[in-house]
Parts: sequence; C-alpha cells; structure tokens
Amino acid sequence: MNVKSKVIDETAFRRIITRISHEILEQNKGSNDLILIGMRTRGEFLAQRIQNKIKDIEKIEIPLGVLDVTLYRDDFRTRLKQPEVSVTNITFDINEKHIILIDDVLFTGRTVRSALNVLMDFGRPASIQLVVLVDRGHRELPIRADYVGKNIPTSTNEEVRVKMKEIDGEDAVYLVEMEGEK
Amino acid sequence: MPLSSRHLLGLQGVPKEDIQLILDTATTFKEVLERPIKKVPTLQGKTIVNLFYENSTRTRISFELAQKRLSADIVNFSVGLSSVSKGETFKDTMRNIEAMKVDMVVVRHSTAGAPKFLTQISNANIINAGDGIHEHPTQALLDMYSIREKFGTLEGLKVCIVGDIAHSRVALSNIFGLKTMGAEVTVCGPSTMIPRYIEELGVKVIYDIDEAIQENDVLNVLRIQLERKAREYFPSIREYARYFGITRERLEKIGKDITILHPGPINRGVELSSEVADGMNQIILQQVTNGVAVRMAVLYLLGTMN
Repeated sequence: MNVKSKVIDETAFRRIITRISHEILEQNKGSNDLILIGMRTRGEFLAQRIQNKIKDIEKIEIPLGVLDVTLYRDDFRTRLKQPEVSVTNITFDINEKHIILIDDVLFTGRTVRSALNVLMDFGRPASIQLVVLVDRGHRELPIRADYVGKNIPTSTNEEVRVKMKEIDGEDAVYLVEMEGEK
Repeated sequence: MPLSSRHLLGLQGVPKEDIQLILDTATTFKEVLERPIKKVPTLQGKTIVNLFYENSTRTRISFELAQKRLSADIVNFSVGLSSVSKGETFKDTMRNIEAMKVDMVVVRHSTAGAPKFLTQISNANIINAGDGIHEHPTQALLDMYSIREKFGTLEGLKVCIVGDIAHSRVALSNIFGLKTMGAEVTVCGPSTMIPRYIEELGVKVIYDIDEAIQENDVLNVLRIQLERKAREYFPSIREYARYFGITRERLEKIGKDITILHPGPINRGVELSSEVADGMNQIILQQVTNGVAVRMAVLYLLGTMN
C-alpha cells in the first residue's frame, strides 16, 4: 500500500462541511423536521460537524443519531473477516421526518442499501437524503448521493482513506494504491 | 475478530477475549431489542434446529426469540413428540436432522457431553443449552453480562454461588467464566452439595450463608432442583430454607445491599423468600432480558463465521 495523493486537505475539508451544511438548509428550506443520521464510524463525526455548522448558521440544534449497519450487511457469506458490530443510537421518532444520512465514502452503494433497510425498520421517514464526503464511483446498486463533498474517480485497486481529527488526529482524504491482494 | 471455536460447548477453557467479545456484542443486540421492530436480517437463510431432550421454558423461549430476531429459520424438536419415542438413537436422530441441511444446532440433553458428541458426527455449529450436570454456558454468559451491566466490570468482583453446587451446570459454567474474567468466586451450600476438591477450580468454600453475604458483592442463588431428588442431600426443605434461604430479615441483620441473581424458576420460600425475590436488589428479570441479547450474540458470532 502506498499513498498516491492527498485529495482533500484540512482547509478543503472545512469548506466542504460548510458548503454541504448550507446546501442542506437551502434544499430543505430551513431545518424543520430534519434529522441527521451518521453512519459509524466516520459518518458519525461528519454528522456532528454538520450539526455544529448548522447550529452556527441557524441557531438550531438538529437531532443526531448514529447508525451501525453491520447486522444488515449482505456479505456475511463471502467475507473472510467477521465484521465487528457496534450500537445503533437513534433515540427519537423518525416518522414523517426528513433524514439526512451521512457517510464518508460512497462506493458500491451496498452500505447505503443496508442503512436504508435499517431506517425503514425504525419507521417511515418523509424522505431520506444522502451526504457523502467522497464519491469514488463503481456503484453496484442504483444509489446516488444528494450532497457530495468531492467526486474522486478511482480504479478498483485504489482505496480512499478518510482521516478525521476525532480519531485519526487530522482532517484529510488520501488516495492510496493497493498492491496485489485487496 | 471472530471467536476461537465454531461451537459453544462450555466455558471451560474459553479464552477471556472470546467471553469479552460475546458480552460486548450482546450490548449491540440489547439495543436491537429496544427498537420498534426487534428484528434484524443477519441470519437470513440460516437454519437452526433446537434439539431439546429435556424440559425447558426459559432457555428454549429465549433461544427461539433470539433466533427469530436474527431472522433465522428454526425448527423445534421436543423428545415427547418425536421418533425418539419409537426408539431412534440420539446419533441417528442427529444424522437425519443433519441430512436436512441445517447450519446450527442448539442442544439440551440430560447426558453430560452430548453436545460434544454432536460435534463429532455433524458439521453444524453446536451450541450447548445445558448438558446433564456439566455446563450451561449461555446461562453463565447472561449472568456475567447482567453482573457486568450493574458493576461495569467483573475483574476483582466477589461473586458467591449458593445452593446445589454438585449437581448444577449453571454453577460450573459460572465458575469457569467468572474465574476467566478475573472475578473472585466463592461457593456456599450444605456440605452434601459441595463437591470434594471444588477448591481445585480456584474457588473458596463457605458453609455459612451469613458469612457469604458479608464477604461478597453478588450472590448467584441457584434453584434447589426438587424434581432431581435434591432432598436426598438435606433433611427437609424447611431446614434448607432456614440455613441457606435468603430472607429480608437475614439481609437486614447483616445490613448490606447485595446484588442477587437467580437463573429461575424460583422456589419461593426455599432459596429466596418472596420479599427478596421481588425486592430492590435482585436483577432476576434483567437476566431474562439479557438472556435473549446474549444468545443473539452467540448465534451471530457463530452463525456468521466462515
């Protein structure tokens, strides 16, 4: 594995959060009935950043929930490594709410598919919109993002590594090349 | 990180990391049980057979709910309604069930070692739901989960198991599990019910219940198994209740808040007085709730292993 390039640096990272926060408010005409749902692990921190940004702009705190999709995955039979599960934390009613689902990287679309299923088990939201920091292409399902930080075309032997201060000590996105085995 | 074994036969020799993983994973499932739809699609397409050669209410319902909440397909087998009454052997029954392509088998049997025997004749993941007087690992796991939930840790905690230690699979599994997790374990009961050499498992023996209450943080009170000739080991139920029964008076006299567990079903007025069984310091019903979450964790960890 070797790092090919830094595709998003700290400043760009901050600007993306600011832009997306504004876009969410513009698209939804304010913050009424909005709910932020971050997908573990980094989607959760992205959601917190967006929540804080919207608080700065509108002086309103939007409820935030955290989603773990492990139990809904479709690759239990094909994976070599058993995924670790953690806890979903959605303590409020999502019926008739507009959900902003937040993840770091959009790739095959299978994680988002799982997330949609989990959310449907929690209730019937009015709508679900998708925020991703990076869209790297290679979709296997008919899923698209409503808000994209940056489109980064990749090949299949490349990977996108998102780093965030909360757990990685820096805000950045790297493109890395995998050698041989995935 | 997966478990180190593809079966759960007992807690003897199970590494600390495995127990930790099961208990941590159970927390995830406890959250699932709080949801409006208490079901996840994780074990979709997996077939599980519940092979119960012995009566059970709690354990069977608990396993069945855990399996349904993971979306597995399940088949229940009770001896009374099966070909066992036509004389089919345990091995043949298992071979036939296996031929129907099942992924997992949950087995309860009155003979110690029956689950282990199944691992030798079957490719399914085997889970022991109680074998004779040997082990009952999921019960001990849910006991440990419940204690950990209340105290935050098991390390250094003082836990006393009270009752018929010699004939209890719950006691044995608890001893193995708790010791592995770093708890200090004591057993207490009439001397006829304490096996010789039990100290070799690293547990302390106390024959006086007052002293046991005094010295411990948690009491795990076992059921006196009246249906299994338990009375041969003490003169009368009344005498047992007087010497080992936990009553409000006894707890008040010692003046200590002690956490009380019981695997159920309770003989009210024997091992626990009704006041204590319904009192503030018991976590008996939490144990039942946690039982489903812990069993979901075990089924998930074994069922998604490659």
